[in-house]
Amino acid sequence: MIGLIDYGGGNVGSVLKAVEYLGHAARPVDRPELLTSATKIILPGQGHFGAMMSALGQRGLLAPLREMLTRGTPYLGICLGLQALYEASDEAPEAPGLGLLPGRVKRFEGVFKVPHVGWNQLEVQQESRLLQGIPHSSFVYYCHSYYGPVTEQSVAVTEYGQRYAAAVEIGPLWAVQFHPEKSSEVGLRVLKNFLDG
Amino acid sequence: MFAKRIIPCLDCKDGRVVKGVQFVDLRDAGDPGELAAMYDREGADELVMLDISASREGRATLMETVNQVARRLFIPLAVGGGVRTLDDARRLLSAGADKVAVNTAAVERPDVISEIAAHFGRQAVVVAIDAKRPRDLAVKEIHGVTDSVSFTSEGVWTHFKPAPTAPPWKVLTYGGTRETDFRALEWAARAESLGAGEILLTSMDADGTQRGFDCELTAAIARSVHIPVIASGGAGSPEHFAEVFLCGAADAALAASIFHFGQHTLGNLKRFLATRGVPVRLVGNRSDAVESRGSRVES
Repeated sequence: MIGLIDYGGGNVGSVLKAVEYLGHAARPVDRPELLTSATKIILPGQGHFGAMMSALGQRGLLAPLREMLTRGTPYLGICLGLQALYEASDEAPEAPGLGLLPGRVKRFEGVFKVPHVGWNQLEVQQESRLLQGIPHSSFVYYCHSYYGPVTEQSVAVTEYGQRYAAAVEIGPLWAVQFHPEKSSEVGLRVLKNFLDG
Repeated sequence: MFAKRIIPCLDCKDGRVVKGVQFVDLRDAGDPGELAAMYDREGADELVMLDISASREGRATLMETVNQVARRLFIPLAVGGGVRTLDDARRLLSAGADKVAVNTAAVERPDVISEIAAHFGRQAVVVAIDAKRPRDLAVKEIHGVTDSVSFTSEGVWTHFKPAPTAPPWKVLTYGGTRETDFRALEWAARAESLGAGEILLTSMDADGTQRGFDCELTAAIARSVHIPVIASGGAGSPEHFAEVFLCGAADAALAASIFHFGQHTLGNLKRFLATRGVPVRLVGNRSDAVESRGSRVES
């Protein structure tokens, strides 16, 4: 059973709809006992970094999540679910991230419109299972004010004022800054790669 | 490259899509789910559903229509028309909308913007503004505003030159039937500060004329707020869309009546815009479409 982490502020409904459309069973998870029985985890993060980390902590989900990720449980982070992998975010300096990616999440600067809302292109940096079958320069849908820096684990980057991590893959740990449930065929393919793999 | 968005608009009345964007091969406008999937295939970047029901019963059945549209739609969906309270927003978002558009209710009680933003995030709130120029203000040449806008080849606005004067367009409410004393420019800035994620700007002068968007209005609003501005009202040709992006500084444009008679398709519009240097997302043929493997819930 795929667990969709529901911390109270995320985008669970839309992701659930997409997962079911692709023929997989999933359920919202808001308690530790539901999380630990999940075979794969999706964290559809939306809103404020600090609010999400705090809500995860309050629901007792943070420790089991860390443990499952260390054990290699397949994970797909969406939007804030990617940002949570970094060490910290400028959006909430007091809330540590999971520290699985080096560096800090920062706010867009030097661009007139923030948040970055709309379709932008994926520049593939290296082959990955996450982006299997997705053509280079495909468009995906973004809605965010903060971004994660490009690291070795970035399998694709996007440019909005600067280049930033669009998709990351560390073994079974995958994450995307864009919304695959809102990115039409390309997004569905990303979800399919995660669900079928 | 960051693309400008083309957003078809569906009018819904009493739970039915009554005026959608009619493409040449559209067979049946009756099934909202089919319609939605088709717009997605044609390359729509987003969909707006506007409820024009007069009755409360009509509003209630809107939820079911939203649900049917959202079920097979994997691009953003914004729903508006008669949204007055946080509860209205909650119901629409639960039914499958990603964003709700508020218009008259926000003018009458601006706090509704921050309430919805606080609960659902500002990306869920679109403030729709209907604006009209004062009777005695002449229409300027649209090319007069070209030098105020600037975007990089990646399609990203980096800066705007400050506007020389504050344009006096007024805000209308109740479907454009009532004129308020509020200036559109100031209202847009206030909406942004209250938590609006985007502005949907309709020129009531241009709306229905098919003679082009009001690029002066659009540019004035777009360069005064740091949130995206969706232009609406007046499109009659692909050239009008090029103008509103290149001269009007719009981030997105709403498309409705331009497609009603089948002369223009979404695909052709986007290809035309690409030749004019407007960054757009082109979708190729859909032989690689990801098929549903889930159970279909029969309506």
